[in-house]
Amino acid sequence: MIRRGWFPALITVALAGALLFLTLPVAAVFLETSPAALADSLSDPVAQEALWLSLKTTTIALAIIVLAGTPAAYLLATRRFRGRSAIVTLIELPLVLPPAVAGIALLAAVGPAGLLGQSIEDAGVELALATAGVVVALTFVASPFYIRQAEAAFGALDQAWLDASRTSGASEARTFLRIAVPAATPGLLAGGALALGRALGEFGATLIFAGSFQGITQTVPLAIYDRFATDFDGALALSAVLVVVSAAILLAVKLVRGPDGLGVAAR
Amino acid sequence: MLRVEANTQLGAFSLELAVDVAAGRCLALAGPSGAGKSTVLRIAAGLVRPDRGLVRCAEHTWLDTERDVHLLPEKRSCGYVFQDYALWPHLRVWQNVAYPMREGSRRERRARARALLERFGVLRLADARPATLSGGERQRVALARALARRPAALLLDEPLSALDARTRASATRELASVMQDLEVPVLLVTHDFAEAAQLGDEVGIVDGGSIVQQGSASDLAARPRSAFVADFTGAVVLTGTARPGPDGSSLIDLDGGGTVTSTDPGEGRVAVSVYPWEIAVARGAPADDSARNRIPAQVLSVTTIGGRVRLGLAAGQPLQAEVTTAAVRELDLRPGGQVTAVWKAAATRIVTGT
Repeated sequence: MIRRGWFPALITVALAGALLFLTLPVAAVFLETSPAALADSLSDPVAQEALWLSLKTTTIALAIIVLAGTPAAYLLATRRFRGRSAIVTLIELPLVLPPAVAGIALLAAVGPAGLLGQSIEDAGVELALATAGVVVALTFVASPFYIRQAEAAFGALDQAWLDASRTSGASEARTFLRIAVPAATPGLLAGGALALGRALGEFGATLIFAGSFQGITQTVPLAIYDRFATDFDGALALSAVLVVVSAAILLAVKLVRGPDGLGVAAR
Repeated sequence: MLRVEANTQLGAFSLELAVDVAAGRCLALAGPSGAGKSTVLRIAAGLVRPDRGLVRCAEHTWLDTERDVHLLPEKRSCGYVFQDYALWPHLRVWQNVAYPMREGSRRERRARARALLERFGVLRLADARPATLSGGERQRVALARALARRPAALLLDEPLSALDARTRASATRELASVMQDLEVPVLLVTHDFAEAAQLGDEVGIVDGGSIVQQGSASDLAARPRSAFVADFTGAVVLTGTARPGPDGSSLIDLDGGGTVTSTDPGEGRVAVSVYPWEIAVARGAPADDSARNRIPAQVLSVTTIGGRVRLGLAAGQPLQAEVTTAAVRELDLRPGGQVTAVWKAAATRIVTGT
């Protein structure tokens, strides 16, 4: 007879517990929503506006993050200079910043009474309590996810690939566009998905910096918060939509990066 | 004509050397890893900027630190084959080869890339991804890519070291024949003297950041000027103390026992070299003859390499002898057997007085 011992039993129980605890709430979102209630809630103009606003702001924020973050990450990955690790740490700071603090910090920096408030107002840009403010908040909290991942992806490229491009007559800009970015694409996509996921769920910084105004700054998480006390079914329906979108993002990352996709992504 | 002069700090030692390679010729820099060989290529290509240096190719100056000239790598017309070939994994083979080509439409560049691949016998791989290629195939594709822009100089960094032993022999012959047809200077670095000897018209032995001896491969092997060169070219190196002998020869008392004669003059602490194929083995004590050195030794190992047999011998200092398979049978050589190693005084080179 084979003695299994108590340790294998213990770790099996631990995994079963973790799995149940982590999946039960997600399953409940769907079990508690009838398809009819879901369709009903989603045809509500307030919910539709929130969904449309979330789609719009996360898309714009992601575009800004990718366009500015990719070259910045390339610089960090390909150059060694004094103060580099300090810069990396500063860029990673929003990762550990409580979202409410991020919102307050944004107000202090670019809010109407903030450090740059006057210059921004002079430039004719309105951030606080405006859709543009949501984009700023999302970009602030989500960009470190992308930059970190992109830096790792560029850093993992073989330096000889970049050298070979230069000795083949390509400038550094061409090397970046034709060799570095295509070769690092899986890592860049994973970083983009992580940033997208973070931006989609953003709540605290947006609420404090941009407020919760229907149609202007009320994204899906804010709309869920707005209605959960009065219309729990409506909150559940919106939550179900976010779960589906988040699961799709997770799946996309897994497909791009292989079975260990998120393991690498979360490094 | 390619000229590279470099003077730069390189970790623990400084790189200080100058090389000239004529068009259509190949200079092979050979030396142990970490000797600074690859850095010479990187300086020539512009991937590393030396503290002081000069790089000229044909009539163009690529680098001149005196006059503050430093062309970017992409402005230097050189083909570079990297040690692990550095093919771009996301591009197909033909796209790898077409990448350096700037003129013409995509269709024309594709046709030219395919023509180059055909010349290297790998046209069937044109649409494959580099990851699916064998080492020998990668090496050919890397060479085709390096030649795609018709470079004014070709730089080869250990072009064969990523290949297994069986592929290497044929790849070496192929590379040699490709270089025959090139009309540009070729600078090659390798850690393998045999490879340098096969591919280089001339060989420079690099150690500690400088060229310690340069010449034809056979000249280096026949007349090594230092124990390092002798050892690197495959000779047995023995140390001892020399004193004058008859007729301008010298007698060397070896460390660990035994005395040998060399026709080279020398005195004091010396290193002497002899090539394994100069050393014969005999049973018992052969007739006394002052023109021959005799060292009693014990056979440690018997290894067949091709048609020859290499013997590892234990004497005061370790020796290797290369003998025929017939000699092994005749003398019944096997590990543990007692023999006498015999070689001519004229084959015994004094390579250093230390």
